[in-house]
Amino acid sequence: MGRRIRAIARKEALHIARDPRALAVVLVLPVLLLVIYGYAVNFDIKHLPLGVADFDRSRVSRELVEAFTRTEYFDLVATTTRLAEVREWLDRGQVRLALVIPEGFAAQVVTGRSATVQFLVDGADANTASIALGYAELLLRWQAEQLVQRALQRWGTTGRTQGCIIVEPRVLYNPELRSTNFIVPGLIAIFLAMLTTLLTALTIIREREQGTLERLIVSPLRPWELMVGKMIPYAFISLVNVFLVIIAGLQVFHVPFRGSLGLLLGLSGIFILGVLGLGLLFSILAPRGEVAVVLVVLTTVLPSLLLSGFVFPLPSMPKVLQGISLAVPARHFLVIVRGIFLKDLHLEVLWPQTLTLLIFAGLMLLLSARRFRKRL
Amino acid sequence: MEEAIVVEELTRRFGRFVAVDHVSFSIVRGEVFGFLGPNGSGKSTTIRMLCGLLMPSEGRGWVAGWDIYTEAERIKAHIGYMSQKFSLYEDLTVGENLEFYGGIYGVPPRRLRARRAEILDRAGLRGQERVLTRHLSVGWKQRLALGCALVHEPRIVFLDEPTSGVDPLSRRLFWAWIDELAAQGVTVFVTTHIMDEAEHCDRVALLSEGHLAALDTPEGLKAQAGVETMEEAFIALVGTPFSSPRGRGDRGRSGG
Repeated sequence: MGRRIRAIARKEALHIARDPRALAVVLVLPVLLLVIYGYAVNFDIKHLPLGVADFDRSRVSRELVEAFTRTEYFDLVATTTRLAEVREWLDRGQVRLALVIPEGFAAQVVTGRSATVQFLVDGADANTASIALGYAELLLRWQAEQLVQRALQRWGTTGRTQGCIIVEPRVLYNPELRSTNFIVPGLIAIFLAMLTTLLTALTIIREREQGTLERLIVSPLRPWELMVGKMIPYAFISLVNVFLVIIAGLQVFHVPFRGSLGLLLGLSGIFILGVLGLGLLFSILAPRGEVAVVLVVLTTVLPSLLLSGFVFPLPSMPKVLQGISLAVPARHFLVIVRGIFLKDLHLEVLWPQTLTLLIFAGLMLLLSARRFRKRL
Repeated sequence: MEEAIVVEELTRRFGRFVAVDHVSFSIVRGEVFGFLGPNGSGKSTTIRMLCGLLMPSEGRGWVAGWDIYTEAERIKAHIGYMSQKFSLYEDLTVGENLEFYGGIYGVPPRRLRARRAEILDRAGLRGQERVLTRHLSVGWKQRLALGCALVHEPRIVFLDEPTSGVDPLSRRLFWAWIDELAAQGVTVFVTTHIMDEAEHCDRVALLSEGHLAALDTPEGLKAQAGVETMEEAFIALVGTPFSSPRGRGDRGRSGG
């Protein structure tokens, strides 16, 4: 039994070795994709073009504008004293956000009445708009607090004695809220899901096309031996891939790696077996190579991107989709990769994901062995 | 005499088309049994049913004493099969193909090394071990394919048109090898559509449109028809000239 598996694994490794260009693509592609998309997919919104219409032209209003331009989130690109122009900027997309400070703003602040400023946000890109608004509101709140503090000091008292609630937010695991820190581990999970499935998706089909499948069926080889034997060399290559991608993530994007590399590689191994099994299953079911590739794209690429929680947060999805997402292995692997990268999580926390991936791998092996009929 | 293969009323249908129609015969151990017929006469379909590749529609069959319906996996360990379709890995070397086919039959490493050497010698492939199979000529590829079907020392071998497209030298080597196997007690079931080759067989079955038209020794067949050559015997006994295969659309499916 071991001999038969070894024969298959060795043959499969020889196929890989005889095609060094394909091997190079397999090894380089994930790193390349990570580097390209790691830069492209970025949710940090910085250098948003800001327009200001300051009708007040006071010290207080200038301070307010400065509070915006001091940060790297906003770049002051235009100023005006005509309200109509503000609308034109937004129409043309020249600015994403406009701050309108009405006349008499400073006077209101100094006399202790509440003052109003206006924000105009380009809502066509809802995502950017809501993030920009969030930044702006935060900045305004700080600015307002400072004004209050200053006023209180002038009147000889401080905010502390008033017994108000002071919020001290502390963000764990990713204190700067760098989106790269969670995107890069996410991309690792997704590229692995996608490319690893493709590795085996053509192997059985190729045997069928070159006429060797018939010889395998006539041999005493058991279906599961064929599946396991075919997986071994690809699993090894995929582990090398995981390693390379991790290195690229650390070197290029400076993502912190707080957890155990051994644990990550081990759990990646389980994930890899599952998706390789999925590829084999497609290879058995699909009549032709193109069909297998389309199946891989539809069942791994899209769900890995859309239903894994990589881009779109799972808790805000309808319950049905959340249920479906449980069947997406990348979803569970994503939790593992992010958890180990950023939180130094161990098995006592990650066991549900690990167990799910184990079940998935077992199921894929079972299904592909069952679906592989030893008759023509 | 010990029977290697027994077939009773074996039938296989593909939809409404009957590829093999109630065929019966039995083959004894060490016999070279020829299956002669044009393309589409049901030769490959019969072989595929005996090897456990294809489920029969009707009839019964035993190979090496095991039932082809229920014990196909047991049969597989003891038979060698060379398909009509080319079935070697082109990106593997000659030696690697032999090692692979030995490996999937579980041949122990030491035995495998010895068998590999024997076969390389017998097939005249000595010195070509490291050549990629892709670079071999058709005749040499077929020799290697036969070698691959024999690495695990099967008791029964099924050779489906082993000499099609092969040069005369390789063909002669093939038949000498087959005789040698039979002398060692290996049962050889070989299909062909080449008349001279049929002369090499102990017994020949003439197949036409899925029917078994005649079954005898080459001499017996010729005597039965009262003719000099196998070709004439075929025409006399089957009633159709040999060279015109039936123009069925599903020839590719049912094989030769």
